[in-house]
This record gives sequence, C-alpha cells and structure tokens, in this order.
Amino acid sequence: MTKAMIKTEALYKIYHMGDAEVRALDGVSLTVTEGEMVAIMGPSGSGKSTFMNTLGCLDQPTSGSYQLDGEETSKLSEKEKARLRNQKIGFVFQSFNLLPNLTAIQNVELPLIYAGVPASKRQKIALEAMERLGLGNRIHHKPRELSGGQQQRVAIARALVNRPRLLLADEPTGNLDTKSSREIMAVFQELHRNGITIVLVTHEEDIAAYTERIVRFTDGKIVDDRRIEQKVIGEGVLV
Amino acid sequence: MKAIEILIMALRNLSGNKIRSLLTMLGVIIGVAAVIVMVALGEGAQRKVTENITAMGSNLVMVFPGRGSSRGGSFGGGVQLTNSILSVIEDASFHIKTIAPEVRRNFVVSYGDSSMQTSVIGCTLDYITLRNYQIADGRFFDETEINARSRVAVIGSYLADELFSNTDPVGEFIKIGVFRYEIIGVLKEKGQSGFGNSDDLLLIPLTTMQQRIMGNQRLSTVYIQADSAENVNKVYNQVYEALLEEFQDEEKFNIRNQAEILETVQETSKTFTLLLGGIAAVSLLVGGIGIMNIMLVSVTERIKEIGLRKAIGATKLEILSMFLIEAVGLSVTGGLIGIGLGWGVSSVVSRVTDWTTVISPESILISFGFSIMVGLFFGGYPAYKAAGLHPIEALRHE
Repeated sequence: MTKAMIKTEALYKIYHMGDAEVRALDGVSLTVTEGEMVAIMGPSGSGKSTFMNTLGCLDQPTSGSYQLDGEETSKLSEKEKARLRNQKIGFVFQSFNLLPNLTAIQNVELPLIYAGVPASKRQKIALEAMERLGLGNRIHHKPRELSGGQQQRVAIARALVNRPRLLLADEPTGNLDTKSSREIMAVFQELHRNGITIVLVTHEEDIAAYTERIVRFTDGKIVDDRRIEQKVIGEGVLV
Repeated sequence: MKAIEILIMALRNLSGNKIRSLLTMLGVIIGVAAVIVMVALGEGAQRKVTENITAMGSNLVMVFPGRGSSRGGSFGGGVQLTNSILSVIEDASFHIKTIAPEVRRNFVVSYGDSSMQTSVIGCTLDYITLRNYQIADGRFFDETEINARSRVAVIGSYLADELFSNTDPVGEFIKIGVFRYEIIGVLKEKGQSGFGNSDDLLLIPLTTMQQRIMGNQRLSTVYIQADSAENVNKVYNQVYEALLEEFQDEEKFNIRNQAEILETVQETSKTFTLLLGGIAAVSLLVGGIGIMNIMLVSVTERIKEIGLRKAIGATKLEILSMFLIEAVGLSVTGGLIGIGLGWGVSSVVSRVTDWTTVISPESILISFGFSIMVGLFFGGYPAYKAAGLHPIEALRHE
C-alpha cells in the first residue's frame, strides 16, 4: 500500500487575462498513495477544480509533472489520454451528467462502448454494477424518473464499470440533500475499503470528515495537508 | 466492432428526435426526389425521341437536295434532285436493300364540306415498308396504278379521323386542289414523331405526283435502306462518294445518316436532362445546408454530452464519427425516401400525362451517392467543431 497512485511535482497552470496573469495552480506537489481517500477543499477560485481536472487528464498543466499509477501523463497524446480516462479513472460530477435520452443502464454502458467491450458482455457488466449500487430495479428508467441520490448512484455505477483504479469526484454531494449525501459517502467509503483510490472535491467540512485526509488549497497552492480520523458511516451499503 | 457501436449510438440519437430528424431530412427528400423526377422526365423524352426516329424505318440513309452554293451568290434554290439520281445511288453500293424516293408538298385537301392542310407525298411501292407504315384498311396502290399515273390515294390515320369521322374513307373520293382522288387504303396509326405528326399525310403514286401535280422530275428526299445495320455507314460513304462525283460539289446535295440524326437529337435531350437535373440539384444543396444548420444546433445543445463522452474516454475521432454518422444518416435516409418519392411521382406523371419517364439505375445511384456526399460535406464542419471541444469547457457549459 505504499505505491503512489497520484504523484504531481511543481504543477503550474497559468492563464493570461489581458495583462493580468492568473495562477490557477502555483506549484502544486502532492502524492496520493494507492487506496487512499482524500478530500480536496478550498474556497472557490483556489485552484481545486483545476487540480482535479488535471488529475483527470481533462486539462493540460502549463508545466510540471503528473504521474498517474507510475505513468507520466504530460507527454501523452489526446488519444492516449482518452484511453487513460476510460480505463484508469472514473468520474463523478456534481450535476451527475447523465445523458437524458438514454436509460440508466445505457448510461452505465457508455464507458464500456468506448472501451470496445462487445454488446453481449456489456449488459451483464453494467447490470452487475447497478445491482451493486442497489439499482437493480431501476435499470430501464430514464434519468429524469430517478431521484437525485439515485441519479448520482447511476453516475457512480458508470464511473466504476470499467474497474478504474482511481475515482475522481467533483462536489459529488453538491446537488443532494443530507440523507442522499450520506448514502453517497457511504458508497465511497465502501469502495475505499475495496481498495479504490478516491479523490473528491468538496467545500463541506462534514463531507470531508468522511475521508481520511484533507488537502486545502488557497490561491493555487496547497496550504494544509493533514490526515484525519475517518468518520465511518457503516458497512454493507454495497450489495 | 466499435464502428457499429458508434453507428447504433448515432442512430439512437436521431430516432430520439424524430420530428426534427424528419424535418431536416425533408430538404434532402425533396431535393433527391426532384433530381430523380427531372432526370426521369429528361430520359423519358430522350427515349421517346429515339423511338420515333427508329420508327422512321431502320438502317436509313437519306439524301436531300443541297442548299445551293453558299458562295458566289447564285440565284435560285440551288441544285435539285431528280429521278436521274436514283440510278446513280443504286449503282453506288452493293449493300442497298431498297431505295424509296419521295416528293412531299403541303396541299389543302377536302372531302365534302370539310378541308384541311396536309402533306401530300408522292412515293413508290417500297415506301410504306421502308418507312414502317402498315395498311389498316383497304390496300396500297400497285404497279399498274403507278404506271397509269392513277388518281388514287392512301391516307394517314389522322387525316381519316379528321375528315371521315363517321364514314369509312375507303372507296370515297378526296380532293387535292380541284382533282378527285379515290381513297383505296388507310394507314395504321404510328403516333407522334419527333418531326411532326407522322399520321397526318396522304400518299399518292410518285408518277401521279410528279407528272400530274408538280409537272417536273424533282424529288424531295431519297430514302435508302441498307441491308444491315453494320452496313449503314458503308452505304452512307459509298453514296456520298457517288453523289460527290455526280455533282462535283458537296454543297449541292445533303446526305444524312439516321444514326447521325439520332445522335444530334440525343445530344440535345441530354443537355436538356442535365439542365433539369442541375436545377433540381440546387434544392438538394439547400437540403444539405438545412442539415448543416440542424447539426450545428445539435452540437451546441449537446455540448455537455460531448464533454461527458470525452471524460469517460471517447476519443476525438469517435466524437467526430458519431456526429458525421448522424449527418450522413439524415442525408442517406432522406435520400432513400427521396428516391422512393421520386420514383412514385415519376410513375404517376407518366400515368396521368402521356409523357414517358425513365428511372435509370444511374440516376438512383448518383442521387444516392450525392446524398452521402451532402451528409459528409455539410455534417463535416459541425462534427469537426464537436470533436474539437475542450472537455472541461464542454462539461462546464450550461
């Protein structure tokens, strides 16, 4: 458990707005070992989202190095990054980002399509993922027919379907009520116990309390990084 | 494998928006249908004209009088063809099957109170077989009547219908000028030809025409039938050589090959077809612009979806393909419906009017190919735009 899943060194992301130079990331060095569950916190504009996007290979830093699972990403082509996002990373968003025209199971199948998994296997894998999240009876529902908590669980099923090593969640509970938030965090804790590395962005202290490490950003810099006593919700959320 | 998945995905997107897809396709449907119908009409006209020219008789070479010397400003109508030319032509080639001279002039003919203008044609025995006429009623004139310069006439079906609505014309007398001619036969209807009504005529013996009416030996046309299709050109060349030797001036006679006439007419109607098709193709172009418009709207609407697909591992190429397939799917489906519609309209047109329409496999293939091209071309830019979106900006888009 000492292998680094994420290792960034001196990451910079600099925007130019007119004459002004904005440093969204100002030399961020962070290591997250395999299996860790980390919360990233900070006020808006602190660079935490930019950092997440960089971790997700969705955004290219201006300079610096980022190794994902031992692989340097700054030299990768667009196509290789797409493959990395598909295979090693699962994304969970604040606004769920389910495609409204597709049923829940079709949404979950999407990453499998881009992974090139044949149709026959795909359905089985997607169904398993949904059943794990307690959505076995919701597979043919359209997203708008599901509650927020259910939609987020569909999104998590989608993020997990390719068995990624890293789960990135950007304000996953931002659009949910307290009860659903707790449920989602319970799911994350269960996944964490199963060995998946989780990094989530949040601005709520009580959500961050469910993780085991809090990294705080201000003005593009890490200002605080400490381990905490994890507040465990309970086991057996995943079927 | 993946290609099929992307195809299915694109088709699912299209069917998820049925009305919009249908409206977008409408432009292509109308465009393709218009092209198909226009080309079918043009090709129909071409076939009809070809049939008419072939109906003139087969393997024909025609000799007409020359226009006279265009140089030198000679007075008069130039050189005339006369009976003496027939033997020159006959000796010109071994491959001549029949020669049928014709003297044609318009006269007013009358029966009872009614009269009308028609082509009076003086001709020989071989004329009707060579020109593909058949006797519907009565008989054609014979050798004795030709030698006797008899006043007998065989009339075309149009003339028979116009002048003799209730009576059987055979045995009746028709007046050409002041002289009475006995009608001994009626020709079978041949239908409209490229050169006026080929049933509006009256045939009399050549001798009667030349000696009793015209008072000279001139001929309007000499029809020469070759013994086979392969020999038409040979006959044409040999007759040309013989006439050139006779007249010493190629301006003094006019020789035409049936195939040559056919070619000219077909060329003309091909131009016509192209013109019609071209005009129709403009509406196909407009349909293409409609596709581009809707695809651009669709890309803007689905920016978030594009961002998400990229985040979960879709490559640029896969996004590009999806949108391109959607555009091509619209244009190809539209094209297929348009082909069906065009086919339907063409067959209705040919049933309702008496125009011939011809749906050629080429016009179907070309318009199908064209609709694929329209999709690729007009879907290309929106798809490229979608594929080039930055995933983060796309995901943030509200």
